[in-house]
Amino acid sequence: MRDFDYAAPTTVAEAVQLLQSHNGAARPMAGGTDLIDQVRVGRLTPDLVVDIKKIPELTAIDFSTTGLRIGAAVPCYRLYHDAQITAAYSALTDSATIIGGIQIQSRASVGGNLCNSGPAADSTPSLIALGAIVVIAGPKGTREVSVDTFCTGPGKNILERGEFVVEIKLPARAAHSGSAYQRFIPRNEMDIAVVGVGVSVTLDAAGQNFVAAKIALGAVAAKPLVADAAAKALIGQAVSEATIQKAAEAARAIATPIDDMRGTIEFRKHVTGVLTARVIQQAVERARAT
Amino acid sequence: MAKKRIVSTTINGTQKDFLCEPRQTLLEVLRDSLDMTGTKEGCSNGNCGACTVHLDGRPVVSCLVLAVEADGATVETIEGVACNGQLHPLQDSFLNNAALQCGICTPGFIMQAKSLLAENPNPSEHDIRFYLAGNLCRCTGYDKIVRAVQDAAGKMSGCCSEAKV
Repeated sequence: MRDFDYAAPTTVAEAVQLLQSHNGAARPMAGGTDLIDQVRVGRLTPDLVVDIKKIPELTAIDFSTTGLRIGAAVPCYRLYHDAQITAAYSALTDSATIIGGIQIQSRASVGGNLCNSGPAADSTPSLIALGAIVVIAGPKGTREVSVDTFCTGPGKNILERGEFVVEIKLPARAAHSGSAYQRFIPRNEMDIAVVGVGVSVTLDAAGQNFVAAKIALGAVAAKPLVADAAAKALIGQAVSEATIQKAAEAARAIATPIDDMRGTIEFRKHVTGVLTARVIQQAVERARAT
Repeated sequence: MAKKRIVSTTINGTQKDFLCEPRQTLLEVLRDSLDMTGTKEGCSNGNCGACTVHLDGRPVVSCLVLAVEADGATVETIEGVACNGQLHPLQDSFLNNAALQCGICTPGFIMQAKSLLAENPNPSEHDIRFYLAGNLCRCTGYDKIVRAVQDAAGKMSGCCSEAKV
């Protein structure tokens, strides 16, 4: 593997300073499951790898009445081993359970998945559906952005030189709400999404009408898509097969997938509709179960 | 070349310090510097699980861990699985069930299965297949591996290396 130096700072400020150094050739590393492989194949050529796992905030989980804060380097398994998080943020733990195999989940983080900004990232549609805010530290201080606008293209995002993601904040779960993520892959495990759908819905107290909804699609465009029209098709409507089908059709309509070995454009569009309906249904079931 | 680092670890219960370059993976150091060749190199990109070891009690693929990250950590490898000259029940079961042919994937499977049984002493076939999804075997077709793990699950009590995983 290419030669590089390694630093493991213990504060955010120190990490920002290190990332600013080396003229842009410093890279933050959380679980390393993408980074180490990308360095090995020469896609990334860092002079300095900044291990951010020794910074306490980066590996902290804080679940409270006001919401959930997840340090950007928290490995996936810690999310689904937490019963509170699994109950309140099911879409996110659905994602965390299927990113790579168990060994990958011991290291890979939701923050890293987001920052790699792959169009098929499994946790990003869930973060969008759950209304996540990304906390970014950098030379100019800290800023917060909606996860909706974080990714800008395949492997691209809004992070500027010297910046890195510190944590992800999720709002408290609303009453009568539920969320889910599913992906379609030709295998049972260990594959890249052909289509991924994250949904969060809030129902009325009787569980009969959609009060709020957010839907996000993965792997069907150059970046994860926020399916606003699909969510609007649900809000204010009765929970019914017809309503759900309208939302599914609206999701399908915004998909602009590529043709590749995993699926054709036509197939991916079709699956977008089918999966959206299924995931909405699952989110409704979870909302009603609480 | 980046400066070499001194890394202090506990490997299979024994304190081990080693020198490594930041770019070296834990897999590389285990095999090439520490002569612990029980851990196998398969794909080297995190897909096949042949290099699975336990890092601070969690199963990881050692090809995607930098050796410097192991500083202060506890590492368990296949060399530490048998205890007092006795094969671990999983090792016995793999032999008795013919769950290996070429054997390259076996250390990774044993380490991953050991982790599974520590978390879930009574796994269903589905649980086993899901937990071992990150380990590839090109010889057996997996059925014998699944049966070996099921077989071992019933024989785990009293094994000294099960105190912690």
